[in-house]
Amino acid sequence: MIPFEYRRAEDTDSAVAAVEEAPRAVFLAGGTNLVDHLKLGITAPEELVDVTALPLDTIESTPDGGLRIGATVRNSDLAASPPVRERYRALSLALLSGASAQLRNRATTGGNLLQRTRCPYFQEVTTPCNKRSPGTGCSALHGHNKNHAVLGASDSCVATHPSDMAVAMAALDGTVHVRSSRDERTIPVTELHRLPGEQPHRDTVLERGELITAVDLPPLPEGTYTAYRKVRERASYAFALVSVAAVLRVANGVIDDVRLAFGGLAHKPWRAGTAEERLRGAIPEEATFREAAEAELSVARPLADNAFKIPLARNTLGAVLRDLTTEVLR
Amino acid sequence: MERPVTLHVDGTARKLSVDTRTTLLDALREQLAVTASKKGCDHGQCGACTVLLDGRRVLACLVLAVTCDRSEVTTADGLGGSGSPHPVQRALLEHDGLQCGYCTPGQACSAVGMLDEAKAGWPSAVTEDPRQNVELTEDEIRERMSGNLCRCGAYPNIVAALREAIR
Repeated sequence: MIPFEYRRAEDTDSAVAAVEEAPRAVFLAGGTNLVDHLKLGITAPEELVDVTALPLDTIESTPDGGLRIGATVRNSDLAASPPVRERYRALSLALLSGASAQLRNRATTGGNLLQRTRCPYFQEVTTPCNKRSPGTGCSALHGHNKNHAVLGASDSCVATHPSDMAVAMAALDGTVHVRSSRDERTIPVTELHRLPGEQPHRDTVLERGELITAVDLPPLPEGTYTAYRKVRERASYAFALVSVAAVLRVANGVIDDVRLAFGGLAHKPWRAGTAEERLRGAIPEEATFREAAEAELSVARPLADNAFKIPLARNTLGAVLRDLTTEVLR
Repeated sequence: MERPVTLHVDGTARKLSVDTRTTLLDALREQLAVTASKKGCDHGQCGACTVLLDGRRVLACLVLAVTCDRSEVTTADGLGGSGSPHPVQRALLEHDGLQCGYCTPGQACSAVGMLDEAKAGWPSAVTEDPRQNVELTEDEIRERMSGNLCRCGAYPNIVAALREAIR
């Protein structure tokens, strides 16, 4: 680890200015991913700007009945907060299915969104990786790629985004608030992360010095149900092979609103727009769920070790929709 | 780059100078000779380094000491009052909740953190309805303690100990 300066930012303006001014400064929040990367040598910043003292740690209702989640709210606090448990159950479930209690006590909203892939080649600095060292090649493309992407990948990178929280936020139509020294902007959660293309070293559309300050969730109309299901190799404390976040509303016997996102399949939370289109206005039944999932996954391109993810994703989506329908009709 | 910090470790204020790269775990063990918190994986995967930081269980290997100025740090040494073990520690002993003992201080801190979280009504991934409060069943304990690995596989006795400590 090379030596670095440490600065505890007292206000948002000075935090973004500090990172913008120093070419190799980075924000530090909970540190559960960044501190590990410092040890592994994946990143070598010259300055850490600690944002955990900024007044971004609140969860507040918005005037439209939605929720504003501060960027430094800890994952455990968010999962346990009454409005999230009562109104955005998928988000609470997603958070609780991620990491361990100790990690959730440190990890923040902003940091969770910006955590990096757990691709073992990315994390092992002796192997080629276009995400870590652009232009060196992708070791996973023809390596061990059981956990890798089947949707939206490129020959440059087949990594997946590891977050559960972001998948729920993508299905819930969350919006990310971002601040720089010049301006503030909002980005839909679904557009925050990029597909790898030729620039897999860029995980997100954020520019240098931009700081996530909050995530807004719009209100859910009466009668809307949400769920999150995660499939993994052990029952707890493991990343998703496949996960599904779903929002469902049924009116007069047909699907009135449906929003779906997959985790574990792509370089970003994968909003399943094709499946949603097939389901909107349809009668909620098994065959329709399967057909919608198959339509979404028709563009999937498996690697040598991960073809299993395609039927797994189809079945998981079907199971989540079946469970939600049962709940809606109860 | 050295920075002065004050850590309140197991009830005692300790002033020290830390390199900004030093983790809380290394500051405790190497600079303050508080060795209850163990270094297992050093990458946030095993839970052996679990301490309570300002009352919450965290992994000391992933926390930089420089960020902890003026914080309360409780290791397994400081869980009980005045030299007597905490009920969780007593239960781990009585139920043989260990073999080699390396993960045990982290298990104990984690369990104390878990009890506080449950008392505060926090749900877990196996809580049937996260809108309801929880009862620490065996399934709940296993899920909530999943961040603490025991390579000896003393899990059944750890669970039994924690079941008793809850009562």
